[in-house]
Amino acid sequence: MSALIAILILLLLGLIVLVVGAPLRAARRGDLEPQPQETLAGHPVQATAAELEVEHDDMEAAREAKYREIRDAELDFRTGKLSREDYEAIDAQLRAEALEILNRLEPVEPPE
Amino acid sequence: MAGLGFACLLLGLAICAYGIGASVYGVRSGRVEFSESGRRSVYALAGILTVAFAVLELAFLRNDFAFNTVASTSSRTTPGFYRAAAVWSSQEGSLLLWAWLLSMWSSLALFLTRRRMRDIASYATAILLGFGGFFVALMVFYANPFATTRPAPAEGQGLDPLLRFPTMMIHPPMLYSGYTLCTIPLAFGMGALLARRVDADWIKAIRRFAFAAWLFLGVGILLGARWSYSELGWGGYWGWDAVENASLMPWLTGTAFLHSLMIQEKRGMLKVWNVSLVLATGTLAIMGTFLVRSGVLNSIHAFGGATLGVPFVCLIGVLIAGSIYLVVSRRDMLRSEHRLDSLISRESAFLANNVVLVGLCFVIFWGTYFPLISEALTGQEASVGPPWFDRYTVPLALVLVLLSGIGPVIAWRRATLANARRSFLAPLATALLTLVVLLTAGVASKPLAIAMFCCAAFVFGSIGQEFFRGVRARRAMAGESVPRAFTGLVRRNRRRYGGYVVHLGIAVLFIGVAASSSFQHASELGLSPGQSTRVGAYTVRYVRPTATITPRYDAAHTGSTLSLGAVIDVSKGGRHVATLNPSEGYYASQEASQGTVGSLIGGQPVSHVSMNAGITRDVWSAIEPDIEAPALQRIVRAGNSALSPEEALVAIGYLAREYLKHPPQAQFHFIVSPLVMWIWIGGLIVFGGGLIAIWPTPSVVRRRVAARSRARAVRGLARA
Repeated sequence: MSALIAILILLLLGLIVLVVGAPLRAARRGDLEPQPQETLAGHPVQATAAELEVEHDDMEAAREAKYREIRDAELDFRTGKLSREDYEAIDAQLRAEALEILNRLEPVEPPE
Repeated sequence: MAGLGFACLLLGLAICAYGIGASVYGVRSGRVEFSESGRRSVYALAGILTVAFAVLELAFLRNDFAFNTVASTSSRTTPGFYRAAAVWSSQEGSLLLWAWLLSMWSSLALFLTRRRMRDIASYATAILLGFGGFFVALMVFYANPFATTRPAPAEGQGLDPLLRFPTMMIHPPMLYSGYTLCTIPLAFGMGALLARRVDADWIKAIRRFAFAAWLFLGVGILLGARWSYSELGWGGYWGWDAVENASLMPWLTGTAFLHSLMIQEKRGMLKVWNVSLVLATGTLAIMGTFLVRSGVLNSIHAFGGATLGVPFVCLIGVLIAGSIYLVVSRRDMLRSEHRLDSLISRESAFLANNVVLVGLCFVIFWGTYFPLISEALTGQEASVGPPWFDRYTVPLALVLVLLSGIGPVIAWRRATLANARRSFLAPLATALLTLVVLLTAGVASKPLAIAMFCCAAFVFGSIGQEFFRGVRARRAMAGESVPRAFTGLVRRNRRRYGGYVVHLGIAVLFIGVAASSSFQHASELGLSPGQSTRVGAYTVRYVRPTATITPRYDAAHTGSTLSLGAVIDVSKGGRHVATLNPSEGYYASQEASQGTVGSLIGGQPVSHVSMNAGITRDVWSAIEPDIEAPALQRIVRAGNSALSPEEALVAIGYLAREYLKHPPQAQFHFIVSPLVMWIWIGGLIVFGGGLIAIWPTPSVVRRRVAARSRARAVRGLARA
């Protein structure tokens, strides 16, 4: 194997280590957000930050799905697939579900 | 350079091992930096495999025959485009393509989800790197694309003549993109189960990738069908070949998943069903990859030689066992949040649709794998042919097309009978009118085809009605002109109307399938120049023979030494319809025992079909010249005994001249197929509809819509 190829391989290896190891170096410098176990033992507020983020993501996805349902129901009504009575009942139910999600979403803002 | 390529594979293996460990450690310990590092490992894998792929590609383009794969699948006379694509015509190169595409798509998926679902994404990273590591390990230990031979041969063996067709070169990248994209929902599905988070978020994240997998697989399957029809000499586009089936099965379960995930998004139902479909689709994609490399098949699709069956069986076993364990152990959190409100609802139609799709998949699975397993166990060759598949798939396909027309006209949650009656009126009328027209035209002899045409007409009626009502509603709301209302309607409801276009395309495609299968005229004819015969309503006349010798006149880059064919005139009712030029290419072989002249044309002959394609029918022909005719063989024998390898081409010239002067009777395969082009047009419509459905809404529009929806939700409740 020529020397040039060997140098190329070493360069690639160096680049890989640089890219893959960047988060580890950042954590050692303290650039990444605090870790629940390392820095927050006995600090329940920080320990729920990841859980809050998870719940927030789920709520956001549920909210968007609910908005889409509301629009779909209206389109179904306007294209004659739903009677007015059925549409109003479904629409009220969906709006209530949407508001419930919005209410649950507001307090669950992930920490900056 | 081969050393650089192999070193990239070793580095890739190390990256995968590290990344799996980092991702799992990161998610289990909560140490985000290790999860991030694991994700970056996927990016690094993509980078290193790009270098490896570039090394192999360069070797092909530079004709570096020291590389074994280059020597076995390329040559100096192979045209540039085919040389570039020949990378994936070998077992080793195709494994590299698979691994590379997997790393690229995985990188994209993880980049797009880098700020969300950290726990799910970490597990998904480990699983995707597991797949990547598996394929890289196959290359390192079993099928090295960078294996070399010194000294390098002066010339390569060239590309398999059957692969010298543009769509056949694009077909593997499309198909492999589909297969690799199938692993992303699988990885995220497993990640969701491992993280015990099976709510809306992971579904939302993988929906586009599931759709992209479905699109690419579908395009890949159609390209393969097109190649089969246009290049192979049997005149068909689908033969229920095991490898064709293996690509169709994940497409079917993927289609089922795309429908039922809408139900989970809206109603929180079918969680077990969805997660099972996702796992099944990914596993079937791996099984499809396994089939061509297992050594169980002797097929144009199969990579003969090295058997990778055992490692693949192990991987598939782990996937199946792992999937079953995860679904069973997490069944409590997979309970549906709601129940079906009504049997007359879109949810019910989707459920029925899913049952049919899974049923189709099961039939095809049984017909494909059972004979292989039976043969492996008993040693006796078993086969299940097209008639068996047609018997069970045709009725299911009819129901599927019908459901694709029913679903769009029913409301979500519940529809009243009165509304349903109103909605079904126009589609039913369209179907009935079609039936009357067909019966009047005297085509009652093919009931299944008629049933398919009527079901397709039902779909046209229902989709047309949906667009009409949607535009009318939008005009009433916004006062827009018809074109603006139409574009606004589609833009605001891409998923719905893109899906409708897909259904339309499926109906068009099945019209083509039904017509070309049921009303095809096919004949085997023996003709000499000047002779003519009738095929159905058509008159076929053999005008004159043709003969060409390469490389000077090989305009189609077929690579054949000699090409013998004919000019055929096709007419109908005295009116000229088409002139066809089918030919058979004779290729060089490596068999010295065939003699200096015989070895120039002793390779496997390849039929080059000729067809006249139209919107209403295709006229298709293939020829099998009688190269064994005594006069022609005398020339070959004489050349073998008298000519050196350098002079042998002279004999080929004499052979061609003799064929032109005294052409023996040739066997023709002649087919008239109605509406074949509708299959390809239907495929294009499906592709277009898929693009509409998958196209992202601009974020500024998303924010505006979300804000308006929020305000309306609050206002609505205030009124109540």
